[in-house]
Amino acid sequence: MSKIFRIKKGLDIPILGDAEKTVIKSKLSKKYALKPTDFQNLTPKLKVKVGHKVKVGSPLFFDKYNPEILFTSTVSGEVIEINRGERRRILEVVVKVDENMDYENFLKGDPDKLSKEEIIKNLLDSGLWASIRQRPYEIIANPKDTPKAIFISTFDTSPLAVDYDFILENEMNNFQNGVEALRKLSDKIYLNTHKNSTLFDKIKDVEINKFDGKHPAGNIGTQINKISPINKGEIVWHINPQDIIFIGRLFSKGIYDAKKIIALTGPQIENPQYYEIISGANIENIIKNNIKEGNSRYISGNVLTGTDISRDKYLSYYHSQITVILEGNYHAFLGWALPNFNKFSVSRSFFSWLTPKKKYSLDSNFNGGKRAFVMTNQYEKVFPFDIMPVQLLKSIIINDIDAMEQLGIYEVAEEDFALCEFVCTSKIEAQKIIREGLNVMIKEMN
Amino acid sequence: MKAIRRILDNIKPHVQKGGKFEKFHSTFDSFETFLFVPDEVTKNGTHIRDCIDLKRTMSVVVMALMPALFFGMWNTGYLHFLSIGETNASFFDMFFYGLFKVMPLIAVSYIAGLGAEFVFAQIRGHEVNEGFLVSGMIIPLIVPIDVPLWMLAVATIFSVIIGKEVFGGTGMNIVNPALLARAFLFFAYPSKMSGDKIWITDLENGKNVVDGFSGATPLGDATANVAPSALPSTLEMFLGTIPGSVGETSVLAILIGAFILIYTGIASWKIILSGTLGGFIMAILMYFLDPSSYTQIMPCQHLFLGGFAFGIVFMATDPVTASQTEKGKWIYGFLVGFLAILVRVLNPAYPEGMMLAILLMNVFAPLIDYYVVEGNIKKRLKRAR
Repeated sequence: MSKIFRIKKGLDIPILGDAEKTVIKSKLSKKYALKPTDFQNLTPKLKVKVGHKVKVGSPLFFDKYNPEILFTSTVSGEVIEINRGERRRILEVVVKVDENMDYENFLKGDPDKLSKEEIIKNLLDSGLWASIRQRPYEIIANPKDTPKAIFISTFDTSPLAVDYDFILENEMNNFQNGVEALRKLSDKIYLNTHKNSTLFDKIKDVEINKFDGKHPAGNIGTQINKISPINKGEIVWHINPQDIIFIGRLFSKGIYDAKKIIALTGPQIENPQYYEIISGANIENIIKNNIKEGNSRYISGNVLTGTDISRDKYLSYYHSQITVILEGNYHAFLGWALPNFNKFSVSRSFFSWLTPKKKYSLDSNFNGGKRAFVMTNQYEKVFPFDIMPVQLLKSIIINDIDAMEQLGIYEVAEEDFALCEFVCTSKIEAQKIIREGLNVMIKEMN
Repeated sequence: MKAIRRILDNIKPHVQKGGKFEKFHSTFDSFETFLFVPDEVTKNGTHIRDCIDLKRTMSVVVMALMPALFFGMWNTGYLHFLSIGETNASFFDMFFYGLFKVMPLIAVSYIAGLGAEFVFAQIRGHEVNEGFLVSGMIIPLIVPIDVPLWMLAVATIFSVIIGKEVFGGTGMNIVNPALLARAFLFFAYPSKMSGDKIWITDLENGKNVVDGFSGATPLGDATANVAPSALPSTLEMFLGTIPGSVGETSVLAILIGAFILIYTGIASWKIILSGTLGGFIMAILMYFLDPSSYTQIMPCQHLFLGGFAFGIVFMATDPVTASQTEKGKWIYGFLVGFLAILVRVLNPAYPEGMMLAILLMNVFAPLIDYYVVEGNIKKRLKRAR
C-alpha cells in the first residue's frame, strides 16, 4: 500500500474561472513558437533562418554549452520570424504551419528492449530531452548525469490548474511507455498522485506515493522534500505528465507528436474549458470570442508562476494552462483603511475569512508598496518544506553562498516560493530572489 | 474622491523626475499612497498579490491600541478628579478632561516623529515608512501624563533617528523605537519619569490636592514597602483604575487589543503566551524566595501591574525586533516575562522592569534566532546520513 503524505501548510487561492470538464477540438492555430526564454539559463544557438522549411521534430536551436540538447519544432512549415529582444537575445522562433504535417522519423521501439544510450539519443534528437529538468537549480537535465531518482507529479494544485486525471484518461498506454523509457535513465521513479486519484494506480515499475492537502502539495519540490530530499551533491530529475505522453508516443510511433490538452482559465474567461492543441500554439485562436470586457492580462501558465504574454503570443513550453485576469492598474481610494469586503486576503485584517467558500476575481494590482521584511511567520504558513524560507531569502540577498547551501538552496525552485510571494505583506519578490540565488550557485559550482 | 485623484494627478508631473519640485517626490508619494492604494501592477513573479500591505497591518495595530487609549483618557480624568476630591464628575467630564490632556501627547508624538521620518525619507528619496503609525501611537501611551511636551518631542525624534532610520528604517531596526523613546526619557529626565507625583495630572504642583492623597503606582508603593492594605484590589489592577503611564494600566483594555492582534494574526500569540508564562513563573519564584517587600504582591497580580501587560502584548510582539523564528519566539517571549519580573523585584532603583527586559531581549533576539537557524541546518544535514 502506498504511503499518504498530508501537506498541512499551504493555500488554495480562491480565484474564479476553473475550467469546465469539456475538451474543445479547436481549429489548429496557424503559427507556433518555441521560446528559448522558457528554459532557465539556456544560451540558444540557432539552427534555422527565416524562410527555412522545417518538419515536425526538426531542430530550431540548440544549447550552446551542451550542443546535443536540441529544441525542435512541434509543427511542420516555414520559419517566418525570429524575434529578438534586448541585446539581440532570441525571444521566439515562429513557424507558420503547412497544410500537411511532415514528420522527422526517430527511433521506434519498445523502450524495454532499447539500451540507455539509445533512449537518451532518441530523446535528445527528438527535442524531448528539454522536458526533463533537474533539481538543484531547476534547469534542463544534463544527459551525462545519473539522477538518484526521477519524480513525476500527476496532479497540479496551483490555482485553476489542469486536472491530469481528466486530460490523460485515454493516454495511459503512452504514459506507461514513457515511464518505461525513463526507467532506463534512473533506477528509481517516484510517481506522486493525489489521494483521490486512481487513474495512475496501474502504472508499473514506479513507486507510487499519495499526497493530500492544499497547494503546493502538487509541486514537485514539495514532494521531493517529503519523499527523498536533495542533499548536497545529489541530483533528481522531474518531468511533467504530458511530456511523458510525448515520450511514450515517440517510442511507439517514432515521431514527435506534441498534441496536448490545455485549460483556458481565469476570471476574465467567459467559458473556461479545455482545448486540444499542439504545444507552442499561438493562443489567439483559442481565446477569441471568449474574453470578458476590460483590460486583460494573458498568462501562459498559472497566476503564481506563469509568464505574461500578450494575446497574440504563444503558449510556453512547460505550460498546460492559459489564465486570463484583469489588469489591476487602478487607484483604490483609502484601500488599506476601508473594510473591503470583496477583497481576498489570507490575513484576517480583511474580511474574506467570513466567506471561506467565496471565489474572487483577483487582478494584477500590486496591492501596496515594496518594503523590507517586517512580518514574520507568514511564509512559514504556506511553505511545507523543512527549510526556513525567510532566512534562505535573506542569505541570497546578502549573497552568502555558504548560508544558501546550508539553508537549502539545492532543494528549491522559484515556484516553491510563489505562495510566499503572494501572501507577503512587504511585497518581496521572492521568486526573483530565488532565481538569482540559483544562478549564483550555478556559477559558483562550475 | 475623484476630485482628490484629479488634484493628485495634476501635481504628480511636477514632483516626478525632471519636474519642478522633484525634491518632494517622496513626500508626495507618501501622501498619495496614503490616500490611494497605488495603481502599480505585478511585473515579475506572481501575477496576483494578497490584499494585505504594511499600511493595513499597521492600521490594525493602531485599532488594537484604541481600547487602551480610550481607557487611558478616561482614567486620566478619573484619577484627576479623585485627587482633588471632586466626587460629582460624570463619565464625560472625566473622559473629556483626559482627552484634552492626552491629545497633546499624541499630537506631539506624531508631529515630531513623522516630521523626522519625512525629513529622512526626503534625504534618502524613499517612501515614508508606515512603522511610525504604530510607534507614534504607542509612545504617548507609555509615558506619564504630565511629561513635558518638549521632552516627548526630543525623545520621539531621538528614537526615530537613532532607533530606526540610522539602521535603514522599518524592518531594519534592532530595538523597538517606541521603547527607545521611553528609555531615553527615563535616563535623560528621570525626575519626570518616576516617583509618585507624575502619574496624575497637576499632582506635582499640588494644586487642590486632597490631603494625604498618594499618586504612587502600586509598584512604587511596593518598593517603598507600604502596608498591603494600601495597595489597590486585584480587580482595580485588572480594570486599571490605578496610577500609571497613560495606556498601560487597564489589563482589560489591553486584552481586547491582544484579541484583535492575535485574531488577525499580526502579533504572535507564542510571544504573548510564553511571556506571560515566564513572568508568572518568576513571580512565583520571587514570592517564595521573598527577597524584598514584594511578597505583598501576589504572583498573578504581577501580571496586571506596571507595563507588563502592555509591554508583552504591544511591544514584545513587534515582529521586527522580536525573535523572527517560531521556536525563537517561545524563548524570547519567556525571557522577556522572566526578566521583567526579575528586574522589577530585585532592582531597588527601578520599580518596573518591563522596558529594560524588552530592550535587552530585543538585543538578544538575533542571537536566539541564530541558534534556531543553526538547529535547522543541523537537522537537515542529518537526513543525509
